[in-house]
Amino acid sequence: MYNDKMLESMKRVAEKRAANAALEPRRMTADEKDALLAKFHPDYKREEFATLSVGKNKGDKVPRELRALLEAESRIDPEKIDLSHPDYETDVLVIGGGGAGASAAIEANAAGAKVMIVTKLRIGDANTMMAEGGIQAADKPNDSPAIHYLDAFGGGHFAAKPELLYKLVSEAPEAILWLNELGVEFDKAPDGTMITTHGGGTSRKRMHAAKDYSGAEIMRTLRDEVFNREIPVVDFTAAIELILDENGRCAGAVLMNMETRELLVAKAKTVILATGGAGRLHYQGFPTSNHYGATADGLVLGYRAGAKLLYADTLQYHPTGAAYPEQIFGALVTEKVRSIGAKLVNADGEVFMHPLETRDVAAASIIRECTERAKGIATSDGVGVWLDTPMIELKNGEGTIEKRIPAMLRMFGKYGIDIRKEPILVYPTLHYQNGGLDIDTDCMTGVENLFAAGEVVGGIHGRNRLMGNSLLDVIVFGRDAGRAAAAKSQSVTVGTLTLSHVARFAAEVKAAGVASDAVSPKLLPTYTHGNPKLEDKNR
Amino acid sequence: MENMVNIFLYGKKYEVPSNLTIMGAMEYAGYQLVRGCGCRNGFCGACATIYRIKGDNELKVCLACQTKVENDMYIATLPFFPLVKQVYDMEKIRPTEQIMMQLYPEIYSCIGCNACTKACTQGLNVMQYIAYAQRGEFEKCAEESFDCVMCGVCSSRCPAGISHPQVALLARRLNGKYLAPKSEHLENRVREIRDGDFKELLEGLMQKPISEMKELYNNREIEA
Repeated sequence: MYNDKMLESMKRVAEKRAANAALEPRRMTADEKDALLAKFHPDYKREEFATLSVGKNKGDKVPRELRALLEAESRIDPEKIDLSHPDYETDVLVIGGGGAGASAAIEANAAGAKVMIVTKLRIGDANTMMAEGGIQAADKPNDSPAIHYLDAFGGGHFAAKPELLYKLVSEAPEAILWLNELGVEFDKAPDGTMITTHGGGTSRKRMHAAKDYSGAEIMRTLRDEVFNREIPVVDFTAAIELILDENGRCAGAVLMNMETRELLVAKAKTVILATGGAGRLHYQGFPTSNHYGATADGLVLGYRAGAKLLYADTLQYHPTGAAYPEQIFGALVTEKVRSIGAKLVNADGEVFMHPLETRDVAAASIIRECTERAKGIATSDGVGVWLDTPMIELKNGEGTIEKRIPAMLRMFGKYGIDIRKEPILVYPTLHYQNGGLDIDTDCMTGVENLFAAGEVVGGIHGRNRLMGNSLLDVIVFGRDAGRAAAAKSQSVTVGTLTLSHVARFAAEVKAAGVASDAVSPKLLPTYTHGNPKLEDKNR
Repeated sequence: MENMVNIFLYGKKYEVPSNLTIMGAMEYAGYQLVRGCGCRNGFCGACATIYRIKGDNELKVCLACQTKVENDMYIATLPFFPLVKQVYDMEKIRPTEQIMMQLYPEIYSCIGCNACTKACTQGLNVMQYIAYAQRGEFEKCAEESFDCVMCGVCSSRCPAGISHPQVALLARRLNGKYLAPKSEHLENRVREIRDGDFKELLEGLMQKPISEMKELYNNREIEA
């Protein structure tokens, strides 16, 4: 599978493997990290960001691609939508069928509210399903929520909202217990002790996992629980605008059937946005580890309705996306590969960093190795460094890879690469939206009765997120949002429905002179894979 | 120019680059996918696909996002398959042999043809995990079926009408909830947090100036 140049470099990697495996590389100092990030992390490329001209974050910088969507035209003409005969009426409307949306729906249902889920693909088509490595919780005797707090706060550059991070770490053990009692399987020792490992930037081993299908195991169980509770799920139906009432409170959404394009109206007492991230916007041309529908829809919907964004200028590039073979370019290679012993190695077989630096630092370090230091290995799509997977079994014995990371073994195995015997090539891939909608401790945005949970939220992690804290946040804040939205719905009387905010926002865009013919939310990306006949027509 | 191959999407011929996955090839041909495309990384089971290479009798199955095109490949996708999903209350059911009999009695009609195993896009031993389920051996069923992405191809090939992925999911939930050992350290920690044990410590951290937090963070002890 590998070409000659790769094989040549791979020989050097193999020669130095034993020595490299025994090495304990030094961690970078705070100053070294700052300098590295400023020079090599994509978030620091100023020309890739643009200033918002309208809305609550007017004057703030966001990625160019996101700005285009935030200031684009609505998919509907608000005048033409009849809001007086809703197709659906519910207490709580959950938009999005990933981990946060499913958790929210389950809790809202448990609280006795009438709840429904709308999702533009299927329930479970979400980044939660693809989370591989694990979920954090400080539940071991040598650990505490306070240590978890410090790890996450520092790893996020001291920018997290303290009250949100407090909730994340102190509700983490309960989230794990809740999942376990729903029947989610975790890797455990025979006596029931959770098998936990480090993630980048953790100071205690608190990564709980279900092999390297952690997110899939959680998502399929939550989905099953949604079905068991007979919560209505309207799939292949996207929310394309939020509806407010005459008092400016969120009161539903305009929906679009993704197949027939039929428009529908859902009226609700409270709404939870759980639409996830933005990897499919391919910021700065990066490939992504995200699922097909990760197009920042929730940011667009929320922003038009008057919600505020927080840290929308910061993205996470997972250090180890697959760089080769090209068929899986950008696919996630879980951090767990490093947690259980593989190190990052350059073309000359040298270990160039500690394998468990935080993700932003690790990504920047790989980019430096491949650019300034020219120690990368060329691939068909670009360049990469080695992730020396055979090191895992050298340290932990044969069989470790099949037992602990079977999905990785399978993913590369399909292309003739046996990761037990050969190292793999990796390069950063767009992975996570650190920023998003600003919420309070009840998960409510600045728009009354509009709640948000999961990746669409900003501020929980600050300006960088640790491995395993996102699976955790979808559960913790998903559940909290479900409970809060259910409780709030009991006291809500919905007024007259309106879409006047959509027209108002469009007028502001026009007045600012930034109108374009782009429409949003984007809903799905379009790929043509270089077909010359289709490239011209590509939006 | 890249190497091109001929493929047939639902019988219609297209010329596509040989390095693309089936999913990529469909997009190259001009499809804007809505159905049959989810995570694009082999975890969600949305893109179950059946194909046959011209001249070969064998019907093959795969995930479209994880499989490269080949010349003369006849391709049909299976973006949805009507699996039977029974509704149950996890708090009320127990990991007994009878529960499978109650919820999924059709598993006892398995004729042992092994078509499910041959059809698995993940290469799992599906018939074996159904045998474990029949015998109430949920732990083994859970382990054997663990990598299932619920694409449903196994069920599409089953003469007995078994919904294998749903049977496996029930087994895993029973195993995770009732059979796997409890984690005492987890239950203890949840209790400690409910008792407010860490509240003061955390609130103290929340109020510290950033400079002090930096000091604490940069000098924290990291478990070996």
